[in-house]
Amino acid sequence: MPDTVRHYLLIAVPLLAVMALLPFGYNNHLLLFNFVIFFILAQGVNVIYGFTGYLPFGYVGFFGAGAYGFAVMVMHLNTPAWIAVLAAGLIAVLLGLLLTPLLRLSGAYFSIANLAAALAVLHLIANPALESITKGPYGVALSGTFNPRLAYNAALLILALTLGIVVFLKNSNFGLSLQAVREDPFSAAMAGINVVKMRVIAWLASALVAGLAGGTFAWYVSVFYPDNVFSADFSIFAIVFALFGGVATICGPLIGVIVLYGIYNMIGFTTPQYFQLIYGLLIMVLVLFLPAGLVSLATRRGWHVP
Amino acid sequence: MTLSYPLIAGLLFGLYFSLVGIGLNLVFGVMRIVNLAHGDFLMLGAFVAFGVYTVMGLDPLVGVPIAFVLFWIAGLLFYWLLVPRLQRARDPEMLSFILFFGFSQVIEAITIIIFGTSERSIPSRELAASLGQLWARLFGGDADSGPFVILGESFPASWVIAAAVSIIAIGLVYLYLYRTRLGTLTRAVMSRRDEAVATGINVDRVSAAAFGIGLGLAAVAGVFAPFMFGSFTPAFGVDATVTAFVVVVLGSLGNPLGTALGGIVYGVCYMLVQTYLSSWADLLPYVLLIAILLLRPSGLLGRRARIA
Repeated sequence: MPDTVRHYLLIAVPLLAVMALLPFGYNNHLLLFNFVIFFILAQGVNVIYGFTGYLPFGYVGFFGAGAYGFAVMVMHLNTPAWIAVLAAGLIAVLLGLLLTPLLRLSGAYFSIANLAAALAVLHLIANPALESITKGPYGVALSGTFNPRLAYNAALLILALTLGIVVFLKNSNFGLSLQAVREDPFSAAMAGINVVKMRVIAWLASALVAGLAGGTFAWYVSVFYPDNVFSADFSIFAIVFALFGGVATICGPLIGVIVLYGIYNMIGFTTPQYFQLIYGLLIMVLVLFLPAGLVSLATRRGWHVP
Repeated sequence: MTLSYPLIAGLLFGLYFSLVGIGLNLVFGVMRIVNLAHGDFLMLGAFVAFGVYTVMGLDPLVGVPIAFVLFWIAGLLFYWLLVPRLQRARDPEMLSFILFFGFSQVIEAITIIIFGTSERSIPSRELAASLGQLWARLFGGDADSGPFVILGESFPASWVIAAAVSIIAIGLVYLYLYRTRLGTLTRAVMSRRDEAVATGINVDRVSAAAFGIGLGLAAVAGVFAPFMFGSFTPAFGVDATVTAFVVVVLGSLGNPLGTALGGIVYGVCYMLVQTYLSSWADLLPYVLLIAILLLRPSGLLGRRARIA
């Protein structure tokens, strides 16, 4: 059995099955939905940061653009929800295309520019001058398409797609080339890799899954404000979860979401500042002592972690 | 409204924005470390001013030296705690980004736990009120300074004072970098770190000093934040960091005069947009930042490009 199929069957399928069955035995469906969303976003960050080294501090821009893409389709064109979700993905890819020049920047400059881009999109959408299109800062209400059960299943489908992308990257020449580009773009280019094309494809793939996730989020919650769907928490949580588990692996980001988002839901809701303190300290300890994430505890011992 | 109001207000704000950015510039220039907690030190500086005014009952201007010394020492401590370990990692620049993000979260959380999330402000006339009284006692005249009048437009005295302190601070940084021995070594580390190590410069000592000065300057800028922005909360660090970045990127890295120019350009643009297109003013810093990064990545006064 090729590794691609094996990894998908052993990691993705059990996770999807558990997430599909949990709603029948557990009542807090919103929490389960958020878990699925963060699985998608953490893996989306993994695609772009883990495999290409670009840290997308404004990753939420794609998510929010997707949510508003969904809202605009439903409000103005009265499309069915699933078409609006696809449109959300498309909008995010278009935004990604628009932002491809940012990939020229390296390291922290990319992250800062990406953050600025996400904030620019937020302020554009929340601008009262565009109220006729986006409802500006007053938020949207999409009662017509409200159907949390379908939206949850759609999110699972997107998670399946995202995991497929990561499994493919982990096991293909394409993913290997990307990691070569991350380590040393010049040598990779010398070895005949089309550096720019590779980076752009990874960038658009991660934009696509975030946009689709944003679309289903809009579908699920149906009432939201620009500040909700562009909350910097989405980028930051997704990055921290992915890093905590370990990027450029399939399991790492998933473990990160399960552990950290689990902790968050135990202590975060009642006293957010204590959670903020704990995760801030956790990030610092992680960077200083375990920069390759939890999975590096295993890989240091020579165990292979997919 | 005439054009001179936004231009002069922009200049005053711009000088202040230069002070906001200059510490960040110094730290990045010397250590290649992105101090995402920069804005949080600004916020702590605002708390120093608040403490000086409410607890000690003194002029908030007294907070300037206190904040600088306090955070200079804190900077030295944090440097030795965090940076040498970080520099050993594989990709320090990227990791510093994440590390200092965590640090910023810790600072914000602790501040909220201690002081709560409420907004605080200091009455604008309290800034430098003692200087006004001194002036009145020595030379006679009115102790209450009132608004400043420049070219027929009146501006709050606190803006003018903040701009003046900013000019002094930037001048001192310039003197430090170009007229002292440690400053010369600092510039050597900025331009070629590995060669500086090879010539026997104690890079750690130089970097620690720059880190301390960087945090100290951030705190000094913070002392004026309650007056420039009207009020402050523990959460305002993030916005301040983004603003500082825009200013630093607009100017150029490792060049204090560049930061001064970047601040002024930003301040004037900001005031012009605010005056004539106020609903789009929020977009400005971000669009400006992206545009400058893409069109002129080395900044307005930069020499070398820094494209991948």
